[in-house]
Amino acid sequence: MTAGFQAPARARPAAEQEATGAPDAAATESSRARPPGIAATVGALLRKELLVELRTLESVPGMSLFAVTTFVVFHFALNRSSVEGDLAAGILWVTLLFAAILGINRLFVADADQGGFDGFLLAPVNRSALLFAKALTLLCYLVVLELIAVPAFALLLLGPPLGRALPDLLAVLALGDLGVAVIGTLVAALAVRTRARDLLGPLLALPLLVPVVIGCARATEPLFSATRATAPAARWLLTLGLYDLVFGLIAFALFDFLLED
Amino acid sequence: MDSSRNAHRYGKGLRALSISTVAVITIALGLVFFYAPLEAEQGFLQKIFYLHVPLAIIALCGFVIGGLLAIQYLRTRDARWDMRSYVTIHMSLIFALGGLITGSIWAKGSWGHWWVWSEPTLVSFLIVFLLYATYQPLRFAIEDPERQARYASVFAITAGAFVPLNFIAVRLSTAYLHPRVLESSSNLPTPMAVTFLVSLLGMTLLFATLCKLELTAKHTRAQLRALRRRADRRSGADSHSGWAGEAQRGSSRSAAPALHHATTMTARSAARQGS
Repeated sequence: MTAGFQAPARARPAAEQEATGAPDAAATESSRARPPGIAATVGALLRKELLVELRTLESVPGMSLFAVTTFVVFHFALNRSSVEGDLAAGILWVTLLFAAILGINRLFVADADQGGFDGFLLAPVNRSALLFAKALTLLCYLVVLELIAVPAFALLLLGPPLGRALPDLLAVLALGDLGVAVIGTLVAALAVRTRARDLLGPLLALPLLVPVVIGCARATEPLFSATRATAPAARWLLTLGLYDLVFGLIAFALFDFLLED
Repeated sequence: MDSSRNAHRYGKGLRALSISTVAVITIALGLVFFYAPLEAEQGFLQKIFYLHVPLAIIALCGFVIGGLLAIQYLRTRDARWDMRSYVTIHMSLIFALGGLITGSIWAKGSWGHWWVWSEPTLVSFLIVFLLYATYQPLRFAIEDPERQARYASVFAITAGAFVPLNFIAVRLSTAYLHPRVLESSSNLPTPMAVTFLVSLLGMTLLFATLCKLELTAKHTRAQLRALRRRADRRSGADSHSGWAGEAQRGSSRSAAPALHHATTMTARSAARQGS
């Protein structure tokens, strides 16, 4: 928490350019005078993350393709051409969860392997900015994933029409994504600098995400009802919101400790 | 001199703790089999309640305590707190496994199935167990002892906070709750409540004894290694190869890498005294 703040401001531009390949002229200018605020740092980091993803296309296409393929696998494994109700909610959320885990596993890999962490630690900025930026990055990934996966699900497997359930579904998706993004970022940061990171990431993430899956699946279930879509029970949305909030606070409190070396 | 005093400090109370554990558990077993009445519906099978519920309660408390000790580590950066957190979680994991097995036996006896998804406590317990089962793989996949302690502490705090949250979420998710006559000790008949409380006390003491024993053993082993290293250097043997060989042996034998950290600390202080 302390060492990074005292690092000379001059070190930042060089380190960042080296680490990310995406120099940020505006932020560099202001950092000479005083350290940038947390919002500016999060903005710069988020821009860098999305730029890297746009140039390499490492995560999101893979996640989307995985989700669509999984729907096909579910079709054959269950031998059903259409699903509804609790089964549909379960399939949708299991698929989204596993696709998200692909993204979670890759979230910090470039930073750990190519010196992104070192570059960030040399910069005189608030360390929590990395948590916010990475969680927002994961959130963006998940939104793009769902823009592809949910229509694909409606097309390939879902029995009842999606249209009327959509507004409620968007609320559930938003709350679920928030939880996955926060927990996923914390877990990815925990696992990335271990020997077995590909294994530990999912092993840590899945139990922590069980309550999110419970809340999302139960809230989505009435939306996919075969007879008439009804609004999800408020208590599930409330549970999800509270869970997101609590884990957001936990991640905020603990993230700095993962970045000390 | 100093090391023997240290060892004494660490082992202090272990004997008294062990004796009281044996005494209380003997009393608890006596109460379970000769004092507590047979439950009307389940008969003799209900006796497993006095084993299963204390095991589960202690395991869950141990997980939360492990998280609190980890907070203390992150505050003070004293490796001893991390070792305490590790030992507590390690023991809780063993107790939790016992709780799962006894719970499963109880479920088979009273409901006819080894596993019952409609029982929220059992299900949340399994999720918590699965999460904590990754604690040791996470620790042992990090080589640097300081980082290992830090990451393990972050995990322990997150998971410790997850324990109550998970119980709430799973309890909400089960549409109906099984009718549980024996849910809390408040609605138990007095003889059963007394027996239960004595069993709980016995299990708590057993947990404390085992934790203390593991801590003492780890500390003693670390001290032994430090002393051996000091003796090696004093005897004028090739100090370089001696250090490397000892370090290698230490890391391959060590059950908990936190110990390794403590070892180097002890070795350093020993060297300071030696010179």
